[in-house]
Amino acid sequence: MAEHLLEVKNLSVEFHTAAGTVQAVKDVSFHLGRGETLAILGESGSGKSVSSSAILDLIDMPPGRITSGQILFDGKDLLTLSAAERREINGRRIAMIFQDPLSHLNPVYTVGWQIAEAMTTHGLPRAEAEAAALKLVARVGIPNPEASLGKYPHEFSGGQRQRLMIAMALAMKPDVLIADEPTTALDVTVQAEVLSLLAELQQETGMGVLIITHDLGVVAEIAERVVVMNAGEVVETGLTRDVYKSPKHPYTRKLIGAAPGKGAMHAPLPKAEPVLSVRNVVKNYGPFRALDGVSFDLMAGETMAIVGESGSGKSTLATILLRLNEPDAGEALWKGRDLFQMSPAELYKLRRDLQMVFQDPTQSLNPRMSVYELISEAWVIHPDILPKAKWRARVAELLVQVGLKPEFASRYPHQFSGGQRQRIAIARALALEPKLIICDEAVSALDVSVQAQVIDLLDGLRREMGIAFIFIAHDLPVVRDFADHVMVMQKGRVVEMGTVREIFDHPQMPYTQALLAAGLDPDPDVQAARRAERLALAKAS
Amino acid sequence: MTSFIQKRALTSLISLVGLVVLVFFLSRLTGDPAALFLPIDATDAMREQFREIHGLNDPLLVQFWHYIVDLAHLNFGESIRKARPAIDVVLEGFLWTFQLAVITMVLVTGAAVVVGSLAAFKAGGFFDRFASFVSLIGASAPDFWIAIVGIVVFAVSLGWVPTSGTGTPLHWILPIAVLFIRPFGLIVQVVRGSMITALSSAYVKTARAKGVRTRPIIFVHALRNALLPVITVIGDQAAALLNGAVVVETIFGFPGVGKLMIDSILQRDFNVVLAAIMVTALAIFIMNLLIDLAYSLLDPRIRN
Repeated sequence: MAEHLLEVKNLSVEFHTAAGTVQAVKDVSFHLGRGETLAILGESGSGKSVSSSAILDLIDMPPGRITSGQILFDGKDLLTLSAAERREINGRRIAMIFQDPLSHLNPVYTVGWQIAEAMTTHGLPRAEAEAAALKLVARVGIPNPEASLGKYPHEFSGGQRQRLMIAMALAMKPDVLIADEPTTALDVTVQAEVLSLLAELQQETGMGVLIITHDLGVVAEIAERVVVMNAGEVVETGLTRDVYKSPKHPYTRKLIGAAPGKGAMHAPLPKAEPVLSVRNVVKNYGPFRALDGVSFDLMAGETMAIVGESGSGKSTLATILLRLNEPDAGEALWKGRDLFQMSPAELYKLRRDLQMVFQDPTQSLNPRMSVYELISEAWVIHPDILPKAKWRARVAELLVQVGLKPEFASRYPHQFSGGQRQRIAIARALALEPKLIICDEAVSALDVSVQAQVIDLLDGLRREMGIAFIFIAHDLPVVRDFADHVMVMQKGRVVEMGTVREIFDHPQMPYTQALLAAGLDPDPDVQAARRAERLALAKAS
Repeated sequence: MTSFIQKRALTSLISLVGLVVLVFFLSRLTGDPAALFLPIDATDAMREQFREIHGLNDPLLVQFWHYIVDLAHLNFGESIRKARPAIDVVLEGFLWTFQLAVITMVLVTGAAVVVGSLAAFKAGGFFDRFASFVSLIGASAPDFWIAIVGIVVFAVSLGWVPTSGTGTPLHWILPIAVLFIRPFGLIVQVVRGSMITALSSAYVKTARAKGVRTRPIIFVHALRNALLPVITVIGDQAAALLNGAVVVETIFGFPGVGKLMIDSILQRDFNVVLAAIMVTALAIFIMNLLIDLAYSLLDPRIRN
């Protein structure tokens, strides 16, 4: 059997924390060949990032410690090399790109300098490195490459920044590229572009690509083989198609089963009086028009999904409907009253009806308040809802309703997982018995299996309590599972609006079609067909 | 940029005017200069004549009006004590203080940045603990005590440096050393904290993945990002020194603007007090502008 280019053998990593020793990676083995793409698939805490960080000596030691194993690269065990020897390999033979390119690029140096540094560090003269940087930037498709070199990271879009990271990683023509969630922070259409760029560059250079992801769609699109990790261990490994079609381990099955976008779509609801009628909302930020005449109706017990890429105005719309932000024109009739004209006293009452669940429960829950305080705070502000004697019982009820235990009331947010925290945030929103809940990317930060549970919870509340939802999301499969109506937005305008079946089965507008086509399907066969279709389209044009 | 400077100049001018008004009237509450300047046995007629010459007999508002009119002609009035234009007296003192402040701050900044960065790099290690210990003592030690102990040990017992005054470079050593300690302690703490954040940032991880060596990671990648909060503190500390290190200047008989101000207040030399306030205010205004400029030089995100 031929030597593998990179082989991780029985790697174990532990972290010493105040709470005790955590086994982050247990006896993990995988290998990568030249020109091959291997995906490590796992949810948060699975140890997928730690295993890949170990390859580049990026684990902070202490608190981390590699307790056993080997990382063989080109036949040498990296773990036995000196720090200086490993620096020689980093960037030159093995390079890495990361999830959030904005924070992974140094904000105070030009991108040209940073890309050139990847080469000067390994001994290239500066002039040569700068010339090479120009070629790289042009190759990854940055418009106006010469001027771009003198710009700073914040002057680029998210997708461009990831292209720049790729340019920097490829500067020394590495044998292996490690990509840690490279497209997670990007819009779907941009994600598709970046993944195809990676595939193209791999073909040109013959490098091995190790991609770390939580997204089955990314695996289906790009990886030949997949390693599934859970709780620090490899639970299953094999060809992507085999693992998807006939998963052997129960965890893999659960993961694939939880992938959104597979269930039946909601049937259209019978027509009824809208509870909320939004008409021609306009919002300008200086000369920039963030919302340009947005109108829609929402019935009780209905979910209106608002989809669109970053900058489409979907979050601005949410903050305007909550009056956290003032519109420049338009009206929003809530039970017949224009909520944009409401007095502070009326607004105070309205707050009970309109609640919001935010993207990141770690930030939206005050870390110094217990769950009981977080949920009952609503009744402190609106004292007529519930007499104080009944608060304890009601908090317990709400916790049960969102699938948590009543005894959690005395705990603090940091003692919960991300999914549990989002349930707490939902319980808090429910405390006021709202008629409408606005969810701004409420499940985007959650793991796939948790995401499915939270969506189930929200859908149950909608059915049983008749709560209307405005569900802002960039993740189309989730929208497909949860929405009754879908509104597609681009650059502040409504591009297309219809029932979930109309939008997903018969999209009319080219933008909607492009958005749907860019979405990644967890099924490798479906994804292969889409890829072929895309290539054919690209050739035809 | 120009409109920014104009706006800043305007708001600073408003506070300066307020300050001048306040000091003008408050200082006159301290009493009659004639009572201090003339010998104890001076006659009432002599005192009256003194007041007449210096315009101290006019109603307060008239005195103030005269002062403002003179000021509009850049005339800061005479120093009663020195019988010279007040502004000359102040500028002389300010020059001493300025040199003292600049030398001290350059030394402090250089030392604190290096010590703080190295402490942050191996946070929790021996050097870090040692540096934290020393800087904490430095940040909390009262300077008058350090000054006196310094004089006792290095000037009186060892005789290495003069006890006070000016004249030779040796005269500068003790005042600078005493002024150095507190800002050094403070800035080391700030650099350390800021560098720990910067060194654990994502872009440092990227640099490590690129194979960048340790020294450029600390001093090129992390430091420039970490300097932003540090500059604010450096500005604060420098402002305190420019105001005149009153205690230290007094103990060492150093003829700076701080000592001048105290002496002038005690002797009711009002014009000198007011001129000193205006000169130091202008200096601090200019320094704050320089700090803002440094911000935008260090961080391209602030430039627009």
